[in-house]
Amino acid sequence: MSKTRKRKTSKKWERVDGRKPDELRPIHIESGVLPNADGSAYIEMGRNKIMAGVYGPREMHPKRLSKPNQGVLRCRYHMAPFSVDPRRSPAPSRRDMEISMVMRDALEPALFLERYPRSVIDVFVEIIQADGGTRCASINAAAVALADAGIPMKDLVAACAAGKYENNLILDLGDYEDKKGQSDMPLAYMPKFDKVTLLQMEGIMTQAETDEAIKMAVEGCKKIYEIQKETLKKKYGMVQGEAAAAEETPEEEPESPEEPTEEDKPAEEEEQ
Amino acid sequence: MVPGDLIYEGRIRTGDNTYRDGGNVYATKVGLVNYSKDRVSVIALEGGYTPLVGDLVVGTVTDIELGQWLVNIDGPTDAILTVNEAIDKPFRTSLDMTRILDVGDLVVAKIVDLDRNRTPILSILGRDLGRVHEGFVIRITPSKIPRLIGKKGSMINMILRETRCNVSIGQNGRILINGRSRADEEIVERVIHKIEAEAHTSGLTNRIQEYLKTIKEEKK
Repeated sequence: MSKTRKRKTSKKWERVDGRKPDELRPIHIESGVLPNADGSAYIEMGRNKIMAGVYGPREMHPKRLSKPNQGVLRCRYHMAPFSVDPRRSPAPSRRDMEISMVMRDALEPALFLERYPRSVIDVFVEIIQADGGTRCASINAAAVALADAGIPMKDLVAACAAGKYENNLILDLGDYEDKKGQSDMPLAYMPKFDKVTLLQMEGIMTQAETDEAIKMAVEGCKKIYEIQKETLKKKYGMVQGEAAAAEETPEEEPESPEEPTEEDKPAEEEEQ
Repeated sequence: MVPGDLIYEGRIRTGDNTYRDGGNVYATKVGLVNYSKDRVSVIALEGGYTPLVGDLVVGTVTDIELGQWLVNIDGPTDAILTVNEAIDKPFRTSLDMTRILDVGDLVVAKIVDLDRNRTPILSILGRDLGRVHEGFVIRITPSKIPRLIGKKGSMINMILRETRCNVSIGQNGRILINGRSRADEEIVERVIHKIEAEAHTSGLTNRIQEYLKTIKEEKK
């Protein structure tokens, strides 16, 4: 009896929360939660609770920061004082500024900023409750909020971390695994282009492990991508299919002025 | 459709809210896909306002410069309203511009041009244009304005007929309502919010007509 039990425990390694190594935490996303914002999203990723609001494109203030040839994406990542224990100072920290920057760099490739010269798109992300992997969850929420704001995008951006904990490669690290683990590697990914827009790493992994972790994270991102798409469709009950959509579209045509020249230009740039 | 969704494989003209990559066409916004003979487009369900020549807009004056006003029209950039487009007389430095429009004033204007930076140029010369004296403004998503107007104005004309209010619909999503009584204005407001919520469904005009009747009966 005791022999068999011993064998079991020694053979089978389990994660802190009982997940499989390549299992994501439960994710729930909602779009359009903030009526005052142009676009918004709320994400629960495990015990993370994050709100994202998008404003714009709008006139940029201060004007000197705007660019004459393209729009500017401005991100603000902020953790609420009560989001972690012990209380966190609400002043923007070094870490907040870093994450704001990496979020901007992760989201920018998905946007057509060249269409909005002298304007700004503001993304505000507020962490209400933190449980590890907030930067990835923030990017997921921000991508949905940007789409909800009706800002033209090439693709949605999904993000998820992979890492190493007790010599095992795992996906989507929680707070405990993040802190006690050997390595943590957040990754943001645009599935349609098969492009990675954010890759950071902390800790130590061998090259083979890193390659494997990237593969795992990409797979995780693809799953999140599907959830993001579902969320956006859910708001309009669009899941029933495009047949109903095709029926009603001609009604709107007389009012929608056509601008083929602008729409065609960026498309052609894409081809090169 | 959501951003990044494949909507057409092969060569075709790209319409609104789409882009081409590697010979295929993809959506850039959340919306409904529309296939016509030679082009494919996405009709957006969400979207900011993109100024176009000929649009009627409702905006607020944010600044006065020499010979021009800056007007916030909820677009990517502020719009410019020059004195020649505001009064019929030539501009003189002695002119007190605040008497025509002051900062904070609400203005109904038409976009007459986009300059080379794509900054909209407004005009308030014309009927029903200019500073707003009464009424109140509500906002909806600019992408839903076409549904509020309806086919050849069918929707909005029906609302005007039933409520006897004056409504100026700015293409930028701001709507100025001016009715005979507060109760009439409230009806219009409720109807517009219902249209916004159900813009993506079909048979909307008839349903709104029913809805108007029920509200009216409630009020009696």
